[in-house]
Formats: sequence, structure tokens, C-alpha cells
Amino acid sequence: MALDEATVRRIAHLARIEVPDGELEALGGELSNILDWVEQLAEIDTDGIAPMASVVEIVLPQRADEITDGGYPEKVLQNAPGGAKGFFAVPKVVE
Amino acid sequence: MTVLNELTLVEARDALDRGEVSSAELTEAYISAGEASRPLNAYITETFERAREMAAAADARRARGEGGILEGLPVAIKDLFCTEGVLTTAASHILDGFVPPYESTVTANLWREGAVMLGKTNLDEFAMGSSNETSYYGPVESPWQRPGDNRPLVPGGSSGGSAALVAARAAPAAIGTDTGGSIRQPAAFSGIVGLKPTYGRCSRWGVVAFASSLDQPGPLTRDVRDAALMLRAMAGHDEKDSTSAPVPVPNFEDNIEAGVKGLKVGIPREYVLDGMPPEIDTLWRQGIAWLEAAGAETREISLKHTKYALPTYYIVAPAEASSNLARYDGVRFGLRAESGDLGEMYERTRGQGFGAEVRRRVLIGTYVLSAGYYDAYYIKAQKLRTLIAGDFKSAFAEVDVILTPTAPSAAFAAGEKSDDPIGMYLNDVFTVPSSLTGLPAMSVPAGLSAEGLPLGLQLIAKPFDEITMLRAAFALEAAAGFDVRPGFVAAA
Repeated sequence: MALDEATVRRIAHLARIEVPDGELEALGGELSNILDWVEQLAEIDTDGIAPMASVVEIVLPQRADEITDGGYPEKVLQNAPGGAKGFFAVPKVVE
Repeated sequence: MTVLNELTLVEARDALDRGEVSSAELTEAYISAGEASRPLNAYITETFERAREMAAAADARRARGEGGILEGLPVAIKDLFCTEGVLTTAASHILDGFVPPYESTVTANLWREGAVMLGKTNLDEFAMGSSNETSYYGPVESPWQRPGDNRPLVPGGSSGGSAALVAARAAPAAIGTDTGGSIRQPAAFSGIVGLKPTYGRCSRWGVVAFASSLDQPGPLTRDVRDAALMLRAMAGHDEKDSTSAPVPVPNFEDNIEAGVKGLKVGIPREYVLDGMPPEIDTLWRQGIAWLEAAGAETREISLKHTKYALPTYYIVAPAEASSNLARYDGVRFGLRAESGDLGEMYERTRGQGFGAEVRRRVLIGTYVLSAGYYDAYYIKAQKLRTLIAGDFKSAFAEVDVILTPTAPSAAFAAGEKSDDPIGMYLNDVFTVPSSLTGLPAMSVPAGLSAEGLPLGLQLIAKPFDEITMLRAAFALEAAAGFDVRPGFVAAA
């Protein structure tokens, strides 16, 4: 299956990755090659096979829903590129 | 006189135990070796000052009769493990300047046992690659060269910096992560041992996530016994990782020399590839002969869905990556591309911050998870995974371990495969099946290619049976007697 430029643009938008227009065609070709190659899985009949849900046979543990961590906003924010006054800052989204 | 950076990890431990050398001296030797190895570009961040402090503290603990199982031993850390107060990049532009305020569980376990951090090693960006050429910080060069040919070779990937340092005697041991072969393939390319534990054996907490159902930390070392020692320090149940297995950590060195008499070794007939160099098959046959001579019983087994493992992986891993990498949005850490519009800020940040291979995989993952394609690709791949796991389960009803080649070729030259994504993916053809099924597997250096480059053999074992795998690996290592050195060995 060949991915056209519009499809690549749509996927890139879903992934929130800006792709320059000049790269869309080449990228579409690369992605199509990979998708064509994985297409060989269709050779195998998987009707009635359960999809794998867990790679090892362990039961996921449960714990009480309690606060066990926190209380250090400065550490949480220390790597934020636009942090200000104890919050993560983003471009204005409401007028 | 002992050349300190020629000692294996266990030899260095024993020398420390006997008081023949201090951690400060050992660490200084590896700092010098690291400096001498700078042309390999194996470190993203050297932490030599911290190493000196940690070594002094280890010597003080040893003087008080205290200390863990790695007390005073220097190790190098793949730059995918978060280290408190030390830049952690995942070799990506998008993590520019990220200094974690916390420590990964595996590295915390190493420090608890007294290990000394030499630095953070180079890797493929977000561990996506088989050659260490996708790093934002530039490629790593292998310490190996083809005789009579000075073109740089790749060290393998994604744990390429870790593998190159251990091979060049610039670190006695290193840690990496393996998602589809990222410990085992660079170990094979670099003539060292690389071990991927059972999924859940080592905590993933604090490891920058690539594909969460596949990622597993493990050691890269010069020999099998060193891998056993490192694994013991790294492993253990961790409440902070819900997939961490609540199983006891044995002393993996116990019984390592017990031999393979009576051990049943499976030889999967499907582990061949069109166009594979005959030397790979020759070495595999040699490995079979070695184990038989040591008393093992080998028998042919069938893992009939093997050829579908790689395409299955290239649906599952990108799908998980596209979810995991959604967190890099320019808001909480790392790079931010400025824009007055939030949506545009996200797209620009991710457009500028991700390299070509990461972008490719995130887009593939986004596509296979998108409405209308989820069942056809993602669910289909997870069903194949069930079938592949069934193959192994049937095989392990008959055999104790499985022997295969690690990679379909020796190391290749830089640039040789970078324009051919699928050709690059084929590097992992023999390592991916055990990744998809969470099984422990390791590579042991076993011989040389016609070009004079190292080749590895892989052992795969039952879940949480690293003990048996290490015992077989020790026998294989003894029979192979691999003692060839790379062209570049760091002088301390």
C-alpha cells in the first residue's frame, strides 16, 4: 500500500510532528515500504488466537490508592522549558 | 605488573577483596582508559569527578569492612537510565538539558552495591537502531577494524557506547537495555558478552521508555561470569514497576561451572536467513559440536513462526513507542520550539527534536494504532506474538536452552546500511523472537568472521532460568576460548 502525501500529513498531525512539505513524498515511500513488508503477517490465519496481553505470566499487583509521593513542586518543575511561578507554562490557549 | 584495565570485573573484585588494589587506583585506570578512548565517541557524558568521589567512598566502606557485591567497581551506564543530577539524553535532541531529579531503580541498585559511575554512554536515539548511527551526539566507532581496512565499523546498537567501552577495555562492565536485540547484537559485534534477562527481572523504572512490553535492562561484560555478577546487582523486585517480577534473585555465579552434561539444547531449524554468510552457519555448527563435546544433548526443534517475528516486532515496538514518546511535547522537560500557538509548539518541538529513525517509527506506530487499522495491524501482531510464544513453550517442553547465532552478520561499516531501514532491521532477526516473548537470552563471543571480526552465539532459556543459561554460556565460552582483541585497546 502506498501512502500518499495527504495520508502522511494526516499521520504526522496525529503524531504532532511537523514534517516539511518537501519531505512528505520521500517519507511516504519509506513508510509504505515498511508497511508492505509487515503485510506478510496476513499469510497466517489468526482466527481464534487471543492477542498477547502480558509477556510474562504474572498477575499485576494491586495496592491501596493512597498518596505516597510528592510535595516537591520545584523538583517536578526544574526541567520545564517555560516554567513560571510553580506551574508548567504553555502558549495562551484561551482568549 | 598488573594492567588494571585488563582485569575482568570479577578479577578486579577479587583484587579489591585481597587489598591488592584500591577502588581509587582502579577507577583512575579506567578514567585514563576512557580519556584514551575519546575518538570512539562512546560517552555522551563522562562523570569522572563523580567516579573519583564514589571510589573514595567505596574505599572507605571497604576499610570499615562494609560494602556490596560491586563495592568499588567502575561501570558505565547507557544514557537511557535516569541518573539523579546527571544529564540524561536518550541520545535525542528533544531531551536537551534534561537532568533527572530521581534515580532509576537499576542504577540505584548498582550504587547500593557499591559500583562507581564512569559516565553515560552513547546509544541510538531512544534506543532505536542497530548501529549507533542515529544518535544526536554522533555515531560511536567500534574499537574493531577489518584487518587491512581502516574504515570505521559500527559497534552495533542500540547499546553501542556501552559495548565499545567494554570491548576497548575502557570499562570493566556496562549496562544497556534490550528491546529487540540492543544488548545482544552490539555484544556480538564487539566480541563481548551481552545478557538480556527475563522480562520483569530488572526494573524498568527510571529507564527512558521505548517499547514497554519489550524493554529490559541487562549487562554487557567481557565474560560470562562478569555478566552473572552484574545481573545479581541489577535485578530484583521493584514496587515502582508493576511488571517487575516478585521473584527472588539467586546468586547467578552459583553453579556456573557445573557444566552441561545431560543438558538438552534445542537447535531451531528456522534460524537461517537467505543470503546469510556461510560463516554464521559454520560457527553455529561449531557451537553445537562444542556443547556436545561438553556432554550436552542437542536436538533439532521447530519454532515455526520465526520468520514472522521481525514484522510483528516492527508493528508492536513502533506502536508502543508512539504512545511512550507522546510525553515529549515541549512542556515539562527538554527542548521547546517557540510558537504562540500550543498545537504548533507541540508539532515544531517534535519535528525538530526527533531524528529521522525516531520520526519514522513514531509515524508507523501512529498509523498502525489509528482508527480503521488497529485490528489489521496491532491486534494481528499481538496474535502472532501469542503464536511465537507458543512455539517457544512447546520447544521448552523438550529442551533446557536453545542455541542460535546472535546476528546474521559481523559488524558492518559506518554508513553501509543507513539508507536501508528494513536491511538494518534484519540485524535483529535472531534476537527479536525472544524479546517478543520475554525470554532471557544472551550472546557469547564465539569466533571470527572471514574478515576477522567477532561473531556471537546466542543462548535462549526458559523464563527466569538465567542460571541454566549462564551455565551453558560458561561452557560455550570455555570451549570457544575467544581471546582475540580489538585493534584499539585503551591504554590506562
